[in-house]
Amino acid sequence: MTPLLRAIVKKGGPFIGLILVIAIFSAPSETRGYFLTYHNFKIILTQSVIVTIGSLGMTLIIVSGAIDLSVGSVVALTGVSSALLLQHGWGAAATTLAAVALGGLIGLVNGTAVAGLRMPSFIITLGMLGIARGTAKWLADNQTVSYDTSPINQWMTTANPSGRALPAGVWVAIVLALATSLFLKKTVFGRHTFALGSNEAAARLCGVPTVRLQIMVFALAGCFFGLSGLFQLSRLRLGDPTVAVGLELDIIAAVIIGGASLSGGAGTVLGSVIGALIMAVLRNGSQQMGWPNYFQEIIIGVVIIAAVFLDRFRRGGKA
Amino acid sequence: MSGPRLRLGGISKAFGATRALLSVSLQVNAGEVHALVGENGAGKSTLLKILSGAQEPDQGVMELDGEAYRPSGPSDARERGVAMIYQEVTLAPHLSVRENILLGSESSRLGWIDAKRSRERAQGALAVLGYDHFPLERATSSFTIAEQQVIEIARALLLKPRVLIMDEPTSSLTKADTEKLFEVIARLKGQGVSIIYVSHFLEEFGRICDRYTVLKDGENVGTGTMQGATEDHLVSLMTGRQVEDLYPRVERRIGEPVLEASGLERAPRLGRTSFTLRNGEIFGLAGLIGAGRTDLVRAVFGLDRADSGEVAVFGRREDRPTPRKSWGQGLGFLSENRKEEGLMLNLSVRDNMTLTKLGSYGRMGWIDHGRQTAAARRWTQELAVKCANPGQPVGELSGGNQQKVALARLLEHPARILLLDEPTRGIDVGSKAQIYEIIGRLAAAGKSVVLVSSYLPELLGLCDTIGVMHRGELVAVRPRGEWSEPELLRFAVGKD
Repeated sequence: MTPLLRAIVKKGGPFIGLILVIAIFSAPSETRGYFLTYHNFKIILTQSVIVTIGSLGMTLIIVSGAIDLSVGSVVALTGVSSALLLQHGWGAAATTLAAVALGGLIGLVNGTAVAGLRMPSFIITLGMLGIARGTAKWLADNQTVSYDTSPINQWMTTANPSGRALPAGVWVAIVLALATSLFLKKTVFGRHTFALGSNEAAARLCGVPTVRLQIMVFALAGCFFGLSGLFQLSRLRLGDPTVAVGLELDIIAAVIIGGASLSGGAGTVLGSVIGALIMAVLRNGSQQMGWPNYFQEIIIGVVIIAAVFLDRFRRGGKA
Repeated sequence: MSGPRLRLGGISKAFGATRALLSVSLQVNAGEVHALVGENGAGKSTLLKILSGAQEPDQGVMELDGEAYRPSGPSDARERGVAMIYQEVTLAPHLSVRENILLGSESSRLGWIDAKRSRERAQGALAVLGYDHFPLERATSSFTIAEQQVIEIARALLLKPRVLIMDEPTSSLTKADTEKLFEVIARLKGQGVSIIYVSHFLEEFGRICDRYTVLKDGENVGTGTMQGATEDHLVSLMTGRQVEDLYPRVERRIGEPVLEASGLERAPRLGRTSFTLRNGEIFGLAGLIGAGRTDLVRAVFGLDRADSGEVAVFGRREDRPTPRKSWGQGLGFLSENRKEEGLMLNLSVRDNMTLTKLGSYGRMGWIDHGRQTAAARRWTQELAVKCANPGQPVGELSGGNQQKVALARLLEHPARILLLDEPTRGIDVGSKAQIYEIIGRLAAAGKSVVLVSSYLPELLGLCDTIGVMHRGELVAVRPRGEWSEPELLRFAVGKD
């Protein structure tokens, strides 16, 4: 195969998967009339925002050779915290900044523990999964946190009267995806992140500040997770400390379906976004087919395994 | 016994449009050590894979002791008596010596390991190799590479092989460990085992091999008895050209000190060590593995922090060097561990060559891909790196080309002082000659080089000054003219 053809197959792999799932759900009589409408795509895009923004941060972390299991809890914690701030009369912009900052702060803690204490990220973020979830419940006093209405509530709505316009959350996800993609490909920080994940010892030998870089990757990813938390709040319109349990697994699945390697050094933003869309289409399509929840879970499980298997097959047997 | 132990005739193999082997023949007698010689890409690996059952030939006949030999896979080949020792250690590091030796052929009753019988078998295999008192229950990760290789050979011997294939067994061994391996080979030979021996170290063939077969571009280009065949003769067969002298003799002027290490110490392997490197000088470090050579250059570069001592680069003192600072001061480091530390294998040739100074190809943290690619392309051309394009993952290249990429990083930076740790380990003669030429050219242009090598002819051929390390200390530093191989070895083993 020529390098060009290989690049197309490699980059196109997840995209072909997306086309395939869309085609599958367009055919049956139950969904035919509605599935391919603009309105439904708007719903799918909106439903995928939280996982997509999370997958941007997770792509950074996985490319750097680490993992973050605390995302679901961080989303709950930033959601609850933001709801409390709104309750205390903060504005939408200030609350958004606070949510991003809180996510970044938790990422900073994760990264410092991973790089500074030389602990596996799996362990550190597993610990943070408990800490953040517990803190969320503590802050919320084990209840949901409600607040007077806020512009934030409009950022994820698909029921706007004009019908055409995409909600703000979708635009934010698109802009951030483009920015992150450029950032990973074109900046020194981005290339250093690939080097770190590909071979930490070699990166260090080349003068890459590996400890500082790993901390910054976690902190930056944390900002994305904080933003995911804010959009989760926007969707629910109240702070729920028990929301988003297991969200990190959906996000990791999106990144892996998108072609990233769990051993680090490989992955693309485009792939991860398509991975997130594949999952959103599967959920949406299954609902319209009237399939029960458990059936959706089984399908998504199969898709994850199939995606990684196909990816491996494409690369000629190497994981 | 009449007839050869192993006979291959007309073996051909193609991968798609690429012809790997064309009508290759090979004959190995019982109790013979047979050298299989060729540059990287000559078809040796394919032939070994066919022999060990990992691949099937497209055409040709294979006979083992006169019977047709067509293994269906590596385990079938082992059972028929053809075992292979791979270049890289394939032991399970957490398991004990005994468990590793018996892995896959455990002695058991109803699924329960028979401990006594297992120990006897493992001990028996090690005794054949002359290792009578090996701690059987220790985890293999706690042994040196040389010892691990012995364990690996013992595992191969368990099934009483008739043919043993050794693929570059000495590539990561010191001279002393190599000698021990040669004793093992002599023992096996005495017991009638046929050995196919592959190595990049040509001088080894004369020591242990009886006959040789040379491959070039997938075809036989010569076979004969080792007696009377010179290294130069083999090299000219392998490369198809006369290699007058592998080592460049370029006129160079040695100037002022550029690097002064004083009292560098790092427990447990590096004692207080000082040395001075001058402008335009190639300074060789000889010694056994574990003598502290690698520890010394790593401490100088700041890859490992020294317990005490300081380094002065171009007169600037630095008592806490880090790799980042060192690159900034004009130092460059080439790791002995190409795969683990030297390169990011799944990243591109371009990224690997330019990683130390990515910021300089653009502004404000953004990289200008055009300039980065142009830099990479310049070095792939200058060093004749065989790659499809600068975007190709470096892991897809051959060992020699990978090493050129690693070296290009130092040239692109550009480093004025190059610390090279085993720069020619495990690469073919052609690439070696190119790397020697580059090193010579650099020194002639006023750069300074510290060259760590376990290959004495290389040190004697290239260096202006050679220091020998023994047990963490630099025991002797002399101009090259005052050294000879036996003399270097004498200091390396500490018999001064």
